Amino acid sequence: MDVPVKIWNREAECLPREELRQLQLKRLQQTLTLVANNVPCYQAKFKESGFQPGDLKTLKDLQHLPFTSKEDLRVNYPYGMFAVPMREVVRIHSSSGTTGKPTVVGYTKADINTWTELVARFMTAAGVTPEDIVHIAFGYGLFTGAFGLHYGSEAIGASVIPISGGNTEKQLMIMQDYRSSALVCTPSYGLTLADRIEKQGIDPRSLALRVGLFGAEPWSEQMRVELEQRLGILATDNYGLSEIMGPGVAGECLFKQGMHLAEDHFLAEIIDPDTGEVLPDGSVGELVITSLTKQAFPMIRYRTRDITRLNYAVCECGRTLARMEKTRGRTDDMLIIKGVNVFPTQIEEVLFQIEGCEPHYQLIVDRANNMDSLEVQVEVNENIFFDEMKQQRQFVVQAEKRLATVLGVSAKVKLVEPASITRHEGKAVRVIDRRQQ
Amino acid sequence: MKVEQISIFIENKSGRLAEVTGVLGDNGINIRALSLADTSDFGILRLIVDDSEKALKVLREQQFTVSITHVIGVAVPDSPGGLTTILQILDKSGVNVEYMYAFVERSGDNAVIIFRFDDIDEAITALANNGINILPSERITSI
Repeated sequence: MDVPVKIWNREAECLPREELRQLQLKRLQQTLTLVANNVPCYQAKFKESGFQPGDLKTLKDLQHLPFTSKEDLRVNYPYGMFAVPMREVVRIHSSSGTTGKPTVVGYTKADINTWTELVARFMTAAGVTPEDIVHIAFGYGLFTGAFGLHYGSEAIGASVIPISGGNTEKQLMIMQDYRSSALVCTPSYGLTLADRIEKQGIDPRSLALRVGLFGAEPWSEQMRVELEQRLGILATDNYGLSEIMGPGVAGECLFKQGMHLAEDHFLAEIIDPDTGEVLPDGSVGELVITSLTKQAFPMIRYRTRDITRLNYAVCECGRTLARMEKTRGRTDDMLIIKGVNVFPTQIEEVLFQIEGCEPHYQLIVDRANNMDSLEVQVEVNENIFFDEMKQQRQFVVQAEKRLATVLGVSAKVKLVEPASITRHEGKAVRVIDRRQQ
Repeated sequence: MKVEQISIFIENKSGRLAEVTGVLGDNGINIRALSLADTSDFGILRLIVDDSEKALKVLREQQFTVSITHVIGVAVPDSPGGLTTILQILDKSGVNVEYMYAFVERSGDNAVIIFRFDDIDEAITALANNGINILPSERITSI
């Protein structure tokens, strides 16, 4: 590496595994005691399982407790899961409720400090320094993304531009004039910016941008290559979810070999999403997180629905914290088409490999005569538009073949006009499943 | 001799064709000839207009996917067997016709056929050597 490795909290991030486990056990006992005393939902779970906080002798004993799901949060809406009185809560955030009520989370002052520290850690790991001008294009509001990165940047001492989401024209003007050097947004918005930069004939090298911190939606390695090339930056991934804390749960270092999970604050398990069984180290499965230090909104064995894998090997950067692979999608996003598991990210990777193809796509899943169908709508652009029907048809047929090979299920490719797939300044809507309607 | 033709990707949904012609009309661009190839999902609209540069610009501004290709126009006597002679010449010289479309000149004496070849230069040579009247570009864009 030509860039020296900087570590925000060397003591915590490079803690030897055995010491880390002892710290986790101590903090887990405290957390279980906290929820057993204060949260009726958890009191019921302890009763149901016959397991009491005092029974916890090893980290493995946690498996005696049931999972917490989004449904628990819904049932206890809005404040039922809080472990402290409201006078100790200094902040409320909320996650987008795609179905029904949103989920509400709270933070004490100490929680905000922890969150700030953890964001500062991954931003430092990605190379952000006090010299940076951080352009935060996440929407400011109930969503945790913008505030998390905002506080973390300030802790580092970087200059924050709280531009928020939307208005791409203005984003570009500010990016040029204020010399933004670190970009914070969703990867799909990063591509929207790249599109606009190219359209306006701006040379990306004329911008001061050098690093991107992308999060809030799963994205592929190919998308990383595209973001890095088109924006002329280093593109890093980070992970978080509001139910657990927001961004800062995990983030990549400069080696980009997985996201370091803040294990001193979160205990991670990987389970089989169907059986709930805890899988051996190194397995791919659903990530389950237990918070170890949170006060206002502790979570015990929360099912994240994110599919990933953990690597416990010490990283080249020196951090001992386990590295979490880029999420492969959510169990919620996983589509079962004709009995085959399909993740939108797989389709994205295939599209990226096709010369000239841009990642503007949408999946339409439908069912007719008891038969599932998958249609991949791809926006046409001048690189993949041919004047001759024969060539155009051939393009479609080849894309369909590649998809069938990778997915193991047939897909129909439909070319659509540019900008016809709904764009959101934030998260991209990738899947329309008409089977549920 | 080569004529610039504009190809436009359009989705098969009602009103799209009218949007293309609307954009051109609003910008004072006149369509001289057109042809539409379509599948159930999408179509490729090919146009010859009086100002292809401007057409390209305004269509791109409206987010249409467009490309420019070169075709040639040939005047064919408006009488039985007129086209066969031309196709035989092309066949002998081994040039493939990718597609073609026809319209009748204003005077009504000649049909004009627009050809897209796999090898346009080879086609021009073959036709010229056999005395076929390839129309100058201005003649077609000002029909």
